[in-house]
Amino acid sequence: MLAKRIVPCLDVKEGKVVKGVQFRNHEIVGDIVPLAKRYAEEGADELVFYDITASAHDRVIDKSWISRVAEQIDIPFCVAGGIKTIEQAREKLAFGADKISINSPALTDPSLIARLQDEFGRQCIVIGIDSYFDASRDSYLVKQFTGDETATKDTQWFTQDWVEEVQKQGCGEIVLNVMNQDGVRQGYDIKQLSMIRAICDVPLIASGGAGTLEHFKAVFTEANVDAALAASVFHKGIIGIRDLKRYLKNNNIAIRV
Amino acid sequence: MSKQKITLNQTNIIGNTVIIDTGCANLSSVRYAFERLMTDIERESLFISDDVEMIKAAERVVLPGVGTAAAAMSALKNKGLVQLIPELTQPVLGVCLGMQMLTRVSKERGGQSDDCPCLNIIATDIEQLNSQGLPLPHMGWNQITPSSHPIFAGISAGSYVYFVHSYRAPISEYTIATAQHGENFSAAIAKDNFIGVQFHPEKSSEVGAKMLQNFLYMNKDTFVQSSTKSLASSNLLNEAQL
Repeated sequence: MLAKRIVPCLDVKEGKVVKGVQFRNHEIVGDIVPLAKRYAEEGADELVFYDITASAHDRVIDKSWISRVAEQIDIPFCVAGGIKTIEQAREKLAFGADKISINSPALTDPSLIARLQDEFGRQCIVIGIDSYFDASRDSYLVKQFTGDETATKDTQWFTQDWVEEVQKQGCGEIVLNVMNQDGVRQGYDIKQLSMIRAICDVPLIASGGAGTLEHFKAVFTEANVDAALAASVFHKGIIGIRDLKRYLKNNNIAIRV
Repeated sequence: MSKQKITLNQTNIIGNTVIIDTGCANLSSVRYAFERLMTDIERESLFISDDVEMIKAAERVVLPGVGTAAAAMSALKNKGLVQLIPELTQPVLGVCLGMQMLTRVSKERGGQSDDCPCLNIIATDIEQLNSQGLPLPHMGWNQITPSSHPIFAGISAGSYVYFVHSYRAPISEYTIATAQHGENFSAAIAKDNFIGVQFHPEKSSEVGAKMLQNFLYMNKDTFVQSSTKSLASSNLLNEAQL
């Protein structure tokens, strides 16, 4: 049986792993390769590197850390942030990334997904979606440019419609990040994830809000997602990956231990 | 029925390992995975190449690949390797799309109007995985049931390996490991010196590393010495009939 995946997310800024709350006030957590290696050894099923430097500023930055990760790590990893073109995607994959994740540029031009799929195959095209609940409209909506607070803006997309669209364009996987719970560790948004699960035929990764072991159990058993992504609980040592996976396995969730 | 077992008792890697340069994106990942298993001196015998003579002379050959069969087959054609690969007699390991290219035909059209003819080494066809409503692509860690094929020496049933694919080889006489995602399918196939794995051993942590190490301990004689019959007996279907 296909195992549920535990995916630590490492935000990368200028060659270091950082973490902010609600996308703000980034503090340095550690060096990329040792941290990635430690997570892999502890049983992480996959890693996501979100390059914050790249997404907010248009400039050429050193990407050699990607090949250093690929040299050392024997589990799959995805690189997100600042990928707007086929060539930028090709560069990341050539350095050894298994997948690339696109967020804002796909909202600007949804056909980018189809072009990336034609070039590299859908298996390595991940779409990141930042969704928030708009109480006044009683709806889930998509935000764009969340990597830079001053640039962040609302879009016209209802989250459900965007999920349908990115699948139609040919993505291989979706990471759904619920912004108003990010970093505050109050649990995944089970209600929204369950709703998206029902219309999502590709693998779905839950992101945002993990704080306790029970949160992970709930997102797998109640929202039936394929993977759970988290950052601060792992970086701050609040939850150990080994303990988490043992706990989930003891709760009869399919887990690789 | 007696069964001749192929054993791999080496402790160091002999001869050249050549990864065929298909121009695909996972080339470097495959190379890094082998390098992690090698000493500095052994690394000097690891090559990425599309040179016919170099591939011919290798002790063992790896055929990697991600993306669509059509793109990868046209890369092999342009490099003049379509005739060469089926004639190789040393151990050949196809990984993911590299496994699929060992078969007769892939029905993954990827925008083309026809099925994609493959290398026609192993007589089976690649078709879409019938996941029976489970998410596709089949992406993540899944368990395999391996046979006694030497590539799986030391690998126990239920081991997790990393898969990313939507198309698969069906269960056949060439199946040497099975996995399940909606339906049972071939996690690995083999015929004579040709081995193909649908999953990514280079991304499958210790379990994958063990298989790659098993492969590195194979040499030109590994499959020549044993008869076709004894190899067939390592196939799962035959085992079930014993």
